[in-house]
Amino acid sequence: MRPAVLVLPLAAFIAVTFVAPLLVMLGRSVHDPMVADALPETLGLLRSWDGERTPPEAVFETMARELLKARREKSLGRIATRVNRVQAGLRSVLMKSVRRLRGAHPPDSWREAMIALDPKWGQTRTWHAIRRAGERFTLRHYLHALDLDQAPGGGIIRQPPDLRIYLPLLRRTLAVSLGITLLCLLLGYPIAYLIANAPPHRANLLLLLVLVPFWTSLLVRTTSWIVLLQTQGVINDLLAAVGLIADDQRISMIYNMTGTVVAMTHVLLPFMVLPLFSVMRTIPPLYMSAAASLGASFLQAFRRVYWPQTLPGVAAGSLLVFILAIGYYITPALVGGQSGQLISNMVAYHMQQSLNWGLAAALGGVLLGGVFLLYLVFNRLVGVDRMRLG
Amino acid sequence: MSGNSWGRVGRLGYLAYCSAVFLFLTAPILVIVPLSFNVEPYFTFTEGMLSLDPQAYSLRWYRTVAEDPQWLRALANSLVIGFAATALATALGTLAALGLSNPAMPGRSLAMSLLISPMVTPVIISAAGMFFFYSDLGLAQTYPGLILAHTALGTPFVVITVTATLSGFDPNLTRAAASLGAGPVRTFRRVQLPLIAPGVISGALFAFATSFDEVVTVLFIGGLDQRTIPRQMWAGIREQISPAILAVATVLIAFALLLMVVVEWLRRRGNAKPA
Repeated sequence: MRPAVLVLPLAAFIAVTFVAPLLVMLGRSVHDPMVADALPETLGLLRSWDGERTPPEAVFETMARELLKARREKSLGRIATRVNRVQAGLRSVLMKSVRRLRGAHPPDSWREAMIALDPKWGQTRTWHAIRRAGERFTLRHYLHALDLDQAPGGGIIRQPPDLRIYLPLLRRTLAVSLGITLLCLLLGYPIAYLIANAPPHRANLLLLLVLVPFWTSLLVRTTSWIVLLQTQGVINDLLAAVGLIADDQRISMIYNMTGTVVAMTHVLLPFMVLPLFSVMRTIPPLYMSAAASLGASFLQAFRRVYWPQTLPGVAAGSLLVFILAIGYYITPALVGGQSGQLISNMVAYHMQQSLNWGLAAALGGVLLGGVFLLYLVFNRLVGVDRMRLG
Repeated sequence: MSGNSWGRVGRLGYLAYCSAVFLFLTAPILVIVPLSFNVEPYFTFTEGMLSLDPQAYSLRWYRTVAEDPQWLRALANSLVIGFAATALATALGTLAALGLSNPAMPGRSLAMSLLISPMVTPVIISAAGMFFFYSDLGLAQTYPGLILAHTALGTPFVVITVTATLSGFDPNLTRAAASLGAGPVRTFRRVQLPLIAPGVISGALFAFATSFDEVVTVLFIGGLDQRTIPRQMWAGIREQISPAILAVATVLIAFALLLMVVVEWLRRRGNAKPA
């Protein structure tokens, strides 16, 4: 009973300050009552609409009334934005129509008046879009995040190729993360071996060299890479001074994917080296000598004796690096330019620039789901309680 | 290691490769240090710097930073938020680690996975969620909001370091204390705490470093009043890039090295006794 009491305060704290926000975000990805609350009667009438012909006069009249009311309550802009996200172009139709209808004499037929203002009011597509924007609970953000769309008649279709943004970005994020993980393994495995087999005093010193970037502020490291890699930076200056490149042919190594990969590999390499090192430290060097004395070449001995024993470290390091890489935000945002952006940057874009929070939450939900699965694998394979820092 | 079969060339090549990797790890950080003393507003070495002309070096950018109220405000914010978050994270994390290290703890690995999750969750997602939730609670753009966020992100480090120290802890010591008549609080203070102190301090330093370097939650839930040092650097890198950033970076590097040496020293002290 007692140990649980000790864990409880932190568990409760994490539940409130960390888990609850994630749940709220997931809630936002499927729940958006804004339009449903503003146009309750219109949406109620649209529920019995057949969806094939222009809706009847009553729908137009109610819609006009509720839109004018929303305008008085200063929520029209937000409603128009949401409808526009379902079908591009409707924002201006809504805003313009309300502006014209306001203060005008109530027309004999709202339907004819509104279609006269904009022919889009006469199209069934428009009303389908309004009906979808009015869904209180919706999967449309997730469809959007996966480059899918709902056809007007129901059913799910893929977005036209030029509008497919998120799946390619997701694929790019996975590919880049995999590449960075392999790079880290390629760079990290040999030095982990060196440290694990060095005499204690030298091992401590070398380990500090690995830990320097681990402790240094991420923003400092990012600044370093800008200083080194930019076109007027240290490396280009050096290459130009030596004469390897002409002064007007400086290499763009930053503000693109190269910048993202180089800087992220640098950031994540310690997370590969430390788990590898802690496994390699426990492998007696005698095993390799024994294999050699039995006539194995170095490569044979490595492949058959050493490498299999390091697999737990390889799995731990690779999973950790991969998990951290797919959610990386700061480095791509600062040194990735246009081509080096990853899925996290899209979440930030929709949070801060486009203000499409439902879509941001859905993209976050997709990413969170991926990380959660990987974390489960990590837990099964490595065990979270075996995680060590340094 | 298998000297003969490997061959000297292979060994030399291997050492050269490792040196290159160590260079890759450390050189980019160290290159900032001399550049921060550049008298010119450039991000690269001037001819004067390369010929070691003392005129080419100055403390100009350090002065700029020290006289800039925005940077000073950011430092104060970073320290206030960092200290508060560290204190909370250390207290909560140490308690939880004590419970988690007890074999009688039910659902141990599940609890551990939950408590470590803030460390592996992409911070952009945590920050987005906190933005929604903390705004609803009126905690957005406040100090308490940021302190809570940074505490949540820092606790996994405390839990990990303290559990690691406790894994070498002999439970008989607690029983001995109890049999001698010490209550649980006294046992903790006089027996457990001195033994796990290195782990607790390491965890606290990790938590502080996490908060001191955190920029994403500050971007999302911090207001203009809560700008921290990393937030100020972020703005500097994105908007008005000035060599003053290099001066700040150099100070931060020195600070990081100090933290690292202390934590390593504590870790070795903790590991010194046979586990």
